[in-house]
Order: sequence, then C-alpha cells, then structure tokens
Amino acid sequence: MAALGPGLEPGDWAVWTANFEGRTNMFELTVNGTKHRVDVVPEMPLLWVLRDELGITSPKFGCGVAQCGACTVRIDGKAVRSCQAHIGEVAGKSVVTLEGLEKKEQNPVIQAWIEHQVPQCGYCQTGQIMQAISLLDRISNPTDDQINQVMSGNLCRCGTYPRIRAAIHAAAAKKVAEK
Amino acid sequence: MGHIEKLSRRAFVLGSAAIAGGIAFGAFGTAEAAATAGDNPLSAGLGPNSVTFNPWVEISPEKITLIAQHADIGQGVGSVQPIMIAEEMDLDPGQFDVRFAGPSPAYFNTGFADEFAPFVAADQSPAAEEARAKTLEWLRQAGLQMTGGSSSMPDTYEKLRVAGAVARETLKAAAAKRTGVALAELRTQSGHVILPNGTKIAYVDLSADAAKIPPVLDAKPRDPSTWRLLGKPMTRLDIRDKVMGELKFGIDLKADGMLYASVKLNPAKGQPLKSYNASKARTMPGVKKVLEIKNGVAVIATNSWYAMKAVDTVVCEWAPSAYPAEQADHWKVLESSFKPEFLGKEWKKTGDIDAGLKTGKLVEAEYRAPYVGHQPLEPLNGIGLVTDKGMEIWVGHQSPRFVQYVAATAIGLKPEQVTFHNQWTGGSFGHRLEYENVRVLAEIANQMKGTPIKLVFSREEDFLQDVPRQIAIARHRGSVENNKIVSADLALASTAPLKGLLERSGTPSKDPDGQLAAGLWNVYYDIPNFRGTSYEAQGLSPCTTWRSVGASTSGFFTESFIDELIHAAGLDPMKARIAMCTVPHYRKVLETVAEMSDWKGPLGNGRGRGVAFVESFGTPVAEVVEVSMTDRGIKIDKVWIAADVGKVMDPVNFENQVQGGVVWGLGHAINCELTYAKGAVQQTNYNHHEAMRIYQCPVIEVRGLENDPKVRGVGEPPVPPAAPALANAIFAATGKRIREMPFNKFIDFV
Repeated sequence: MAALGPGLEPGDWAVWTANFEGRTNMFELTVNGTKHRVDVVPEMPLLWVLRDELGITSPKFGCGVAQCGACTVRIDGKAVRSCQAHIGEVAGKSVVTLEGLEKKEQNPVIQAWIEHQVPQCGYCQTGQIMQAISLLDRISNPTDDQINQVMSGNLCRCGTYPRIRAAIHAAAAKKVAEK
Repeated sequence: MGHIEKLSRRAFVLGSAAIAGGIAFGAFGTAEAAATAGDNPLSAGLGPNSVTFNPWVEISPEKITLIAQHADIGQGVGSVQPIMIAEEMDLDPGQFDVRFAGPSPAYFNTGFADEFAPFVAADQSPAAEEARAKTLEWLRQAGLQMTGGSSSMPDTYEKLRVAGAVARETLKAAAAKRTGVALAELRTQSGHVILPNGTKIAYVDLSADAAKIPPVLDAKPRDPSTWRLLGKPMTRLDIRDKVMGELKFGIDLKADGMLYASVKLNPAKGQPLKSYNASKARTMPGVKKVLEIKNGVAVIATNSWYAMKAVDTVVCEWAPSAYPAEQADHWKVLESSFKPEFLGKEWKKTGDIDAGLKTGKLVEAEYRAPYVGHQPLEPLNGIGLVTDKGMEIWVGHQSPRFVQYVAATAIGLKPEQVTFHNQWTGGSFGHRLEYENVRVLAEIANQMKGTPIKLVFSREEDFLQDVPRQIAIARHRGSVENNKIVSADLALASTAPLKGLLERSGTPSKDPDGQLAAGLWNVYYDIPNFRGTSYEAQGLSPCTTWRSVGASTSGFFTESFIDELIHAAGLDPMKARIAMCTVPHYRKVLETVAEMSDWKGPLGNGRGRGVAFVESFGTPVAEVVEVSMTDRGIKIDKVWIAADVGKVMDPVNFENQVQGGVVWGLGHAINCELTYAKGAVQQTNYNHHEAMRIYQCPVIEVRGLENDPKVRGVGEPPVPPAAPALANAIFAATGKRIREMPFNKFIDFV
C-alpha cells in the first residue's frame, strides 16, 4: 500500500486538501480480472479511477461520502463503497464491479432483479445489486429485518424498496434450490 | 425561437379563462397534422430507401426505430411509449430500436390541456372540454415540448397508437401495391405484412415502397380488448440493461478528447461572482484551467474528481442573496403574505362562506411546508462542445426546446444552433426541468471551444443549486354542526413554483400560479360553504416543480384539515369522506382503499390509521397509512393505496411507480427540509436530507382502477395523499396533530 503521507487518514479530505503536494504515482490494480496501471494521486477514490481513468461506469457517483451506496464494488470479495477506497490502499488488490461478475446472467440476484423488474431510473441499482450479493454471501436466507439492516446504506430515490426486498427473498430461495 | 416568443406574448394560461381560438379536440387530429412531412422532424435525417410516416416511426432497410416522445426519468416512458406504437404495428419487443425525441414543436405536449384549462379534472362538462380544446390549440401553436405534470400517458395514449396504426396501414398499402393483392386480404404480424398464401414481407423490406405512397392517415387504432402487449404485465425494455449495469446514463458518456469540469457557484441562487482566488487550485494535479463564469468558477481537469477537489479550494467572494439570508425571515415573509396585495386568486367560492363560518363550532389551524430538495441520485451533469457552427449538448432533460433556448441565450447563439441529445437520467423529480447545469455547461464549453467538456456537479454543489419545492403556510378555517361540515375556508401563502420555472424557461407569466390551486380548489367533498384562496409570497427563494408540485403541499394542508373537521364533527375519517365525496368514480377509489385495508374505525393499543384522498393531475388517489407507537418512536407498518388512471398500461410498472410515489411522499414528509443561512442552503448531502431508506419502508399494497373516462398519469399523484394520511394516522395513534413538515421535528420515527 502506498503511503498517504504523514498524518493523513483515508477519507479525510479536508486534511488532504490542506496538505496536498500534488504527487502522482503509478498504481497497478486488477479490475474484473484485467490488470491496469494508472498514474494518479494516491488519494484518488477508486470510484474515479474506475469511471474516469478506466471507463468502467457501473459504479455510480451519487454522494461522494458513503451515504448512498451507488458506487458499491467488491474488493477481495467484500462489498466496499468505492468513493471511500483510495487507490493507494486498493493497489495490488482485486476489484470486481458489476460488469465483471462471473456468470452474470446466471447470478440469482441478477435474475431476481430482472424478474421483479426492480429498477425505475436504475441509477442506484448496480450498487444495490452488489450489496445484495454480499448480503446473500453472508446470510443465505435473510429476514426482512436483516435485509433492512444490510441494505439501508443503499439509497433509492425512486423508492423501489418493496421490490428490492422481494427480489432478495427470491434470489435467496433460488440459491437454496440450486444447492 | 418562434415558440418562445409566442409563449411570452400569450403568457401561460395557468388557470385564466381567457383563451382565444379553437379547434375540435382529438389526438387523432394531432397525429394527422404531425404526419405531414413539413412538421415531421424525422424527415430531415432520413437515409436512402427509408420512410417516416410521422414523428414517431422511422423505417430503413436495416431497422425500425420508434421514438419515445418523452424524457425517461425513471417512470418508464422509454419503454411503454414505443410499446404503444409497437402494439398497433404488430411489432414485438426486440424488433425495434428506441430513440428519444429531439427538440421539435411536433412533440408538443397535448397532455397539458387538462392541467392548464381552468376547470377541475372531475369537471368533464362541455364547457370544460371546450376550454381544454382551446388550450390544446394554444399548446400546439406554442410547440410546448415538456415532460412533466404526469402528462406522458394522457399526451401519448391516442397519438402514439394512431401513429402506429398509420404505419401499419401504410405498410400494408405498400405491400398491396407491390404484390397486387387486395388490401383487405393482407394482415400484419410480428414485423411482417402477411399475404393470404402465407408469404411474409418484412417491414424493413417495404421501407422504400412505403416512402413512395402517401401515408394512410385515417388508420384507426385498435380496440383495447384486442391488445397483445398493453394492459398486461410487461417487461420494461430498459430493465435488463439497467440490471446488468450496461445502460449508459448521461453521466456515463465519454467523448474523444474530452476534459472534465466541476463548478463552484454562488450559493445565493442566481447572484453573480464578485471575485475569487484560485492560486491553490491551479497547482493541483490534473488541473488544466480555471475559468470564471457568470455566477462562479469552473475547474477543467483530466478527471472529475481532480476538478471537484480543485474547485473546492477556490476562495470566492459572492454577491449577496436577493432573498432573505436567514430561514426565519423566509417564514416571516410568508406569515405577512395573507394580504390583498399578494392575492394570487380566489380559485373557488361556493355558498356563503362568512355565514357558514359563524355556524356551529369553528375550527382553525395553521400548517407549514418547508423548502425541499429534489436530489435525484445522478448528479447534474452534461457534455458540451462548442464550435464555430454552434453547440452540441448531451444531457438528460425534460424540456428539449428550452434547453436549446437556455444554452443559446447563455453564449449568444440562436436556439437552432444548439443540437440537443437527450439521455437516460438517474431520476429527476422535477430537477431536470431546471437549467443550472445547461447554462453553466454552455458557458464553460464556450470558453473551451473545440474541446468536449463533461461537467459533473459534486453532490454538495447539486444541493446548493437545487431550486427547491415551494415553501408554504396554510391558514385554514372551517365549522361543523350536527355531525356535518358546514364550511371550509382554505387559504395559503406560498412561493410560486410553476411561474418561476416558466420565467427561467424564457416564458414569464403574470397570471396567478395554477399549481397553487392544486389540492386547494379540487376538493370533491359536499361542503356547502367553501372558499379556496392562494397568496403568492414575493422576494423568497426561487422555487420550482417538485414531484406533484402544488399538491405536494396543498394536499397535506387540505386533507389534514378535512380530517380535523371530520374529527370535530364526531365522524369516522373514512366513512365521512366516502359520504361527502361528490364524484362517483372518485368515491369508488375511497371505497376501494377502505375495502383493501378492511377499515373498521379506530384500532387502539397504540396503533392508528389515517386516510387521505387527493386528486392531482386528474388522477384520484386514496391512501391509508397504518402506524404503531413503539418505545423508539412511530413505526409505519403498512400502506394501502388505490388510484384511478382510466387505463393501466403496464400493471408491473404501475405498481412500482405508485409504491415509489408513496415512499417519496412519506420519506420527505418525515425528515426533509432545506433551510437557508447566510443566503445558502444548509443541507448539502443525503445525511442532512435523507428521505426514506429501506428500513423505514412499509409494506405498500397497490390497486389500479380504470373507471375514469380519460387516461391519466401516475408518476406524481400517489405523492400528495401520503403525508396527510401519515399525519392523520399519527393523530389516530397518539392524539397528537402534526401540522408541519418535516414531522421528525415533532415526533420520533423508528
């Protein structure tokens, strides 16, 4: 992991801006199985490396402060808000965005999302799906309360929550049936 | 800029009865008119051996393209509108491409005729219909192309089906001419004309032939009983791409050689920049340029994030706000606006209101609704390129022709020099009817001539520049006697949302804002003495249309107050509303929600139910909210909702839209407000303006009714009854009457 500089904590933008010296570095990271090299400052959030440097757009910019979950990706198998993961910390790790999910068409969450026609505008849904996949990895058959708990960090302004719940239950049932 | 000038001279109708001219009403006529080549914007871009019959259908030897008339802001018109054409053309999903309409008067919105004519929706008398016909003709002349007011279905229900029928019959005529087979013996199926011997001719193979014959303009759309696709659960055309992360929103686009921009604008909305210091920003990585624009500063960089971080360091001196700097003073202005000099209009007066108020027990209450933000999850953005010829702009927007006007005006071009490409949007709720990103992008791209610029607002900047929902106070009075409501005198003072939007669109109006009548005068209860009056507060924050517009505040005021009167009269909230409702098919909506919720009066044990009924944009909606008191606060357990839209085009999307409207209405009523301090909005991210998250979302049971003789929209109408139904439920559960949004200032929620 590249150092952020003395006294700097990830996510501490005010401090970062005040101490900024403008050094860029070459970072290597693996996204969806492909290795990329980017020449950016270590503090750049992964979200903006993906979107503006690599052209990978399923992680969405919504709030920039981990309030909406639209930028959710998987880093080493865990759901992470990519607006809060700095490239300096992510370098060398394996990042998976929705584009790179294995056997995407067969993924029970993806299938349930299509069957239940969850999206309205759809902008938050890539993040919702990445979070839901992570939820079902941890809890194979979640209750509504467990869904509420895990999914509450993912904002949907269109209000598709009833369908998100239904789709997660359906995906859980499908996963169980497939075992 | 023909239509803009026309709009200015004539001014918006906005409830005024003075409409000149007149034609026979009927969307059939509009399709006929639009089918002539001169009016059809598709004619210009047509390739060889291709044909277009009207502004919605284009067929080349390679493919069929159907035009979505309206902007898709999540409501699904990018899917259902092409499918309305496909139904008539006997096309299956997958057999056609979809493109958003470009700017053209051919796409004028017929659906606004009902909303702008000075009659309540339930009034379908000959006089009302004649006024609507005149309004329609005025809309046609103005060429008003806009998505909004839940008008997409009313606008397109007839004309897109006619457009499809014209295409079908013309293709058949072309096949008859080519084959010599009698027209009556031809049929169509799955993108082909079928001959009696079973021979199939693909539509695309008929494009050249069809171009040589006049379109069959008297083609009739089919009876709904024969529909294959419409009226049945369908899979939205955009669902798969949205779920797979493959759909490109405006913010996802990229152009060759593009640079990224972000801005810091005067948070005192509409006021200029006085001076700035960008010495730090200029040294930051990725930064290419710092530009001064009219009301702020832009940073051009190699990455959006570099641009946002750099522009954040620019120190600006701003001109002060034109409205009060502090929120308390906004409320004071409203409080002092209930005066004749601020009168908007007395929208309705029946009976003898003064005598009525003196009869029986007097009930008085004051209600308040704050400024609220739109904040769709996709921040304001756009790509712009200015060259010597003009400007090209890629942005998701609800008013294509006004985008041309605003961008052109900002940089001294003519509107026709602006080429507009509409985009899929990550929500709107009224946000993408405003122009801040368009105007700013034009200024930036003009200073960066020849380089495509992608502008992305930070969330904080988006909050600061969001033109909010109107702020309002209602002072309602009424009286009850012998278990009856004798009088209701409804008065509100508010900022004017539609007037503001029209002014910023280059079409100012002096008429009273008709949106301040929404939810105030269309009250369908048998109350013998009634008055509904609006006052328009002056000198406050600019305001604009927010999902359900006037009814989002007035619906809360009216239906809370009606509930107070009903309780004062000792009646049951549901039974009294049903008994008082004067429009039979509106009463049915209330009866339906009573049946769905099995309404039997008070629940007791810390539980409570509230009901509210509001017609907005012609769609009557009744909602029942059930809450329970817990040791951590109020929990919203369940919502039942019924809406009559005349025809449910897609039951799946209908349910999704209605549920979303409930979530929107409840969420913002609970915890959202924008407040000003030092001229700037204090809430700058979702943690300050959260609305509803999944943990608060109740079970929402939906039913669609089809009794209205007209087809209505459903994007907005579920919103207005949500807040009053919740407030009424909280009263039923706790005895506490909440008269101001957001409710969490007065009671805790789980």
